[in-house]
Amino acid sequence: MQQQQRPLISVEGLSRRFGDSGQTPVFEDLWFGVDRAEFCCLIGHSGCGKTTILNVLAGLDQPTEGAVIVDNREIDGPSLDRAVIFQGHALLPWLTVMGNIAFAVTSRWPSWDRAKVRDHAAKFIELVGLTGAEGKRPAQLSGGMKQRVGIARALSIQPKMLLMDEPFSALDALTRGMLQDEVLRICAATNQTVFMITHDVDEAILLADRIVLMTNGPGAKIAEIVVNTMPRNERHRNDLHRHPQYYAIRNHLVEFLVNRSRAFDQEIAEHGYDPRRLKLVKPGLAAVNPPAEVVPLTTGRRQ
Amino acid sequence: MAAFKNSLRLRAALLSLLIFAAIVGLWQIATQPVAGSGTAAVDPEYAKLVGVAAATGSKSAMPTPADVGATLWKHLLDPFYIRGSNDKGIGIQLAYSLGRVLLGFALAALVAVPLGFLIGMSPLVYRALDPFIQVLKPVSPLAWMPLALYTIKDSAISSIFVIFICSVWPMLINTAFGVAGVRKEWLNVSRTLEVGPFRTAFKVILPAAAPTIMTGMRISVGIAWLVIVAAEMLVGGTGIGYFVWNEWNNLSIANIITAILLIGLVGLVLDQVLAWLAKLVTYPE
Ligand SMILES: Nc1ncnc2c1ncn2[C@@H]1O[C@H](COP(=O)(O)OP(=O)(O)OP(=O)(O)O)[C@@H](O)[C@H]1O
Ligand SMILES: [Mg+2]
Repeated sequence: MQQQQRPLISVEGLSRRFGDSGQTPVFEDLWFGVDRAEFCCLIGHSGCGKTTILNVLAGLDQPTEGAVIVDNREIDGPSLDRAVIFQGHALLPWLTVMGNIAFAVTSRWPSWDRAKVRDHAAKFIELVGLTGAEGKRPAQLSGGMKQRVGIARALSIQPKMLLMDEPFSALDALTRGMLQDEVLRICAATNQTVFMITHDVDEAILLADRIVLMTNGPGAKIAEIVVNTMPRNERHRNDLHRHPQYYAIRNHLVEFLVNRSRAFDQEIAEHGYDPRRLKLVKPGLAAVNPPAEVVPLTTGRRQ
Repeated sequence: MAAFKNSLRLRAALLSLLIFAAIVGLWQIATQPVAGSGTAAVDPEYAKLVGVAAATGSKSAMPTPADVGATLWKHLLDPFYIRGSNDKGIGIQLAYSLGRVLLGFALAALVAVPLGFLIGMSPLVYRALDPFIQVLKPVSPLAWMPLALYTIKDSAISSIFVIFICSVWPMLINTAFGVAGVRKEWLNVSRTLEVGPFRTAFKVILPAAAPTIMTGMRISVGIAWLVIVAAEMLVGGTGIGYFVWNEWNNLSIANIITAILLIGLVGLVLDQVLAWLAKLVTYPE
């Protein structure tokens, strides 16, 4: 028994390779953890293996090497304790909004009678602001509404942790903002542990307590972990950019995505790298005293 | 827009009526008794077959539309009479055929849907059974008839078996196809919710594959209804196929045409019922 303080989710030496052993793994030797009640974001370019990591965390996919330890036990499959919000919303199209959520609720509490299931589901439909749309099928909903149903379904089973795969990336800016606020509020209220994938830098700064930076695949690694030193109660969507630490953090992330993510091997050669002892960087703190030099704003993605 | 659609429907109906009238008109002209042409040389075989009067043309064996109308009316007035084993109402005969089709079809569904599930879910079973399916599927169901008669020794059950064998393939293939095509993400939803295999099969895979399965059933019922007529012609006894064959022996073309019309109508109803059921289980994505 290892009684040292382990985070709630502990990723230990994870590698995943598709195809035969000659192929380069999608990612290799990943070590990181997500603490209880923490909001952790994973950021990286498209195709670096983010969804693959999430699938392993969810128990839907097996790693080639390494293990994921949750609550001091190695996971060996999916669990109701780890709710997943999928990259596509993955609603069952033949069920109504109520039916989709009730399906999850009955899976969690098989002994509940219909009325109790419906009551419980209705609470979560209300939580995401979909009251009135209970009887609609997914095809009748907008993209944002579908995503909300996905969120309500995940929350309705009252999981110990939430795994989210780019839940907002398919939405327009306005809807995305609204949903981000809602998720933030719900997670704070329920003290959720969240692991979320994104490739949107501002989303990561708004939501995350820590941001895990992943290099480009194949053979992707975790470069470092950025601590979001902006306290949760000072992070507001509309004046995020006025926060003194904002640009420093943002520049650091953008700099990583634009340059360092693809030239990380060079960095290893120069400075060394221990995948088990990742650098914790706090670009926000450095900015509070000396004024940050402002890197021109580019988007997080490669052009 | 709606008005245009209505008018289109109206015009189509008018055109249908016109075509119907034309067919009946041509038919009437073609079957007019031709006066005074009774001396043409007639193949004696043919004369024996259709009767001298008809062969020499004084009265065509081909009934006029009015004859068929009268026969149809007579059948519709009293469809369910039974006067001896060889003289039953057309409704009774249709009911026999329908019963066989539904029984054979239901048995086929009982086998094809679970087996299709298995094939769709397991690539191993799929590969193992594929050669059998590929070889047996193209065989005419009637080719099974002698084998069935020999082994089962009962003509009624044999025709049900033939219906079974012809309706099993489309259902089997469509079920397997539908089950194999269930989206991975829906299965993942079920897995992350720790839903057991049976609940997943009934609550996720079955509804997801239901439209494809129903399409297979619709094809199957259509084929079964085609095959039952031929099967009953072969085994005789009862059924609409036997009725047609019997009326051919009686040389009652009017009865045969009546039967053809009714077979078509029943087939239409079967198809529409299945289409309606399919619509119930389809979901928009
Ligand atoms: N089942 C699979 N078989 C083979 N290769 C796969 C499979 N799933 C993923 N990959 C490969 O693994 C790599 C990472 O895929 P993944 O979906 O994890 O990327 P991602 O980081 O989530 O990308 P995005 O941001 O576009 O969602 C890709 O190169 C992909 O081709
Ligand atoms: Mg992805």
